[in-house]
Amino acid sequence: MSAVFLARLQFGLTAGFHFLFPPTTLGLTLVILILESLYLWRKNEAAKEVSSYLVKILGVVFVMGVATGISLEFAFGNNWSAYSRTVGDIFGAPLAAEGVFAFFLESVFLGILVFGRRRVSPKMYWLSAFLVFFASHLSGVWIIIANSWMQTPAGFRMEAGRAVLTDFFQAALNPSTVVRFVHTVLGGWITGSLAAAGIAAWLILKNRSRAKAVLLLKTALTVFAVASLLQLGSGHAHSIQVTKTQPEKMAAFEALWETRTAAPFTVFGIPDEKNEKTRLAVRVPGMLSFLVGFNTETRVQGLNDFPKDERPPVLLPFAGYHLMILLGLLFILMAVWGGVLLARKRAPDSRLFLKLLLFAIPLPYLANELGWIAAEVGRQPWAVYRVLRTADAVSKVVPAGNVLFSLILFTVIYSLIAAAGVSIILRLVRKGPDDAAATDSQGGH
Amino acid sequence: MEAWDLLRNVWFLLVGVLLAGYSVLDGFDLGVGVLFPFLAKNEDEKRTLIRTIGPVWDGNEVWLLTGGGALFAAFPQAYATVFSGFYLALMVVLFSLILRAVSLEFRAHDPARKGLWEGAFVAGSFLPALLFGVALGNVIVGVPLDAGMEYAGNFFTLLRPLPLVFGLLGLSAFLLHGSTWTALKTDGPLQERARKAAKTLAAVTGCAYFLSFLAVWVYLPGALRKVPAWIFAALVWLSLGLALAALKKKKDGRAFLFSSTLFLSLWGTVGAIHYPNLVRAADPALSLTVTNASSSALTLKVMLIIALVGMPLVAWYTIYAYRVFKGKVGLDDGGY
Repeated sequence: MSAVFLARLQFGLTAGFHFLFPPTTLGLTLVILILESLYLWRKNEAAKEVSSYLVKILGVVFVMGVATGISLEFAFGNNWSAYSRTVGDIFGAPLAAEGVFAFFLESVFLGILVFGRRRVSPKMYWLSAFLVFFASHLSGVWIIIANSWMQTPAGFRMEAGRAVLTDFFQAALNPSTVVRFVHTVLGGWITGSLAAAGIAAWLILKNRSRAKAVLLLKTALTVFAVASLLQLGSGHAHSIQVTKTQPEKMAAFEALWETRTAAPFTVFGIPDEKNEKTRLAVRVPGMLSFLVGFNTETRVQGLNDFPKDERPPVLLPFAGYHLMILLGLLFILMAVWGGVLLARKRAPDSRLFLKLLLFAIPLPYLANELGWIAAEVGRQPWAVYRVLRTADAVSKVVPAGNVLFSLILFTVIYSLIAAAGVSIILRLVRKGPDDAAATDSQGGH
Repeated sequence: MEAWDLLRNVWFLLVGVLLAGYSVLDGFDLGVGVLFPFLAKNEDEKRTLIRTIGPVWDGNEVWLLTGGGALFAAFPQAYATVFSGFYLALMVVLFSLILRAVSLEFRAHDPARKGLWEGAFVAGSFLPALLFGVALGNVIVGVPLDAGMEYAGNFFTLLRPLPLVFGLLGLSAFLLHGSTWTALKTDGPLQERARKAAKTLAAVTGCAYFLSFLAVWVYLPGALRKVPAWIFAALVWLSLGLALAALKKKKDGRAFLFSSTLFLSLWGTVGAIHYPNLVRAADPALSLTVTNASSSALTLKVMLIIALVGMPLVAWYTIYAYRVFKGKVGLDDGGY
């Protein structure tokens, strides 16, 4: 196994594992902020207790996010030092800015959320909840800026083989930053709110803390429904952006081998990269053209427009993109069903729907990972699109054996953290909001 | 070109400030982590000790992440050389930090594996506390670099006398800082033990500093000609002496203040003998300096604006948070 392959595998595993936590944080902090607002302005004591319950879970999710995030900042230097040398002039700044603007804020005020309920005023506690919500999203802004610059680099010129910044705002607000940020944040809201709604559903099914569980269900389900519907628009906008700025990536998403007008949308198929055709394809004629250009005759570029050594792999991006869309459509159905139940004030009574919420908790995580895999594999063979090849981005002085060694250690340690983290979160969930509130006022456990 | 040079020097200073901030803030919780099995004798004392750092350790660690990010952004060539060159050593630091980050939260909520997470907390604090000094000692004394700025040594190249002595110095200073923090935040037998440990550790740190001085004399004789280094060295001894005096009078706040100024003076010494190098090469012509390792003037300028806007805010709300949690730690206080 080559050092490039091992370094990619390691980055994929470590970033993929890390990417379970920040989306949860995005959604959970929003639900917590709404609950704290209900407590502060409507004097809803139940909202406060439910919020304390979620804060305990957030605390565990957050430290797992921190722990697994550290390795990514190391990784660019450890395994990808040629990348760091070539594009460090642009890529380092957003990582540093994330620390300065977002990560300090998030960590410091999360300390107050977890430890400070009785040490600060209710208004200050609400402000802490707001700042944790705000900072976790601001953190996302900088990370998406860095990642989007790899997809659609802008605001730089090449000098002696190195990228040099020419315009900070062009680099930061490159053609994909805004739409990718919205898409990722909505994915996070769907993830965190469905986790919270699923927990509420479980409490109701077990007939525990019913009033609080119903409050949590209504709050979280509302966020979930709104975010799932908005995601349809953001996903569409993102697809149009990819078609315009990374056409070969869209061609891979859709397994479109030939450039054509009236391009079909492939509902199902098995891409065969060797023979450049899709087996067992089920297609809707003209649909892809319509989706990206609002006209069934729009010309869409196929893979044959690009040199073979600049084409992304097709199978993974195709499968990831389609399965993500399938899940997104499922979330919309759930959102509509949940919305109808909420409007009729029947949401806590439909045991079938409550069970669906509970068992659907893992699905947004799957959708996030699939979308991310499609986006990053679809960027290949480039580390930075049309600027730096992935094969040229790895550290020159790190032997494959070292990467393999650290990969094995990552696997062992992350498995341990995952197993312990899941059992701890389940334990906290099982305690229920009454117990969480009790330990909150007595202190400690 | 002149503005560019000014920016490079400012960023040499600012990366130093971030790393010094990290040592002062995360330093005490690293120290608490290593001292944990020696200071706390029962479950109540263990929880008390953990609670002294519970609300703040995470924000403290951000100083390291931001310092690392700033090094990447301002001096990408130095970041790339060190992180790829010191691969295995940094992996040990990384895995320590990962396990340490989850250990306290997991210990509180996973009673069946309490011992495992305590072990992760202690080991995850000890290894970085030792290895930071070793890494710093290496970039100061010089490592083999090739013409492409790449590290040309191996893992064992890193284990030479000066870096090892620096590792010892860093470890003892972290432990001293952790013990003065514990004395400040606790009372009763735990506080007494912390004060006693602090006195011993002040003496150990003094010895380690003297050994470091000898190592610098032998391996980096040129450093002895730098006047600012002597001034900072005097401040190191002054901080140590004042910390010891404060400990004898049981003025814990003052002792913590001087174990903090100790770190600032140590970083001052490092900056004075190391500037303008970032990574000294065995062949001085190949050294990575503020000039050949830096980002473009525009990037440094943008980063400076980010730092000038952001860091005063960080300082302001960090002080606020410490005030929220000021005073002795109680066990009936919310949290772990």
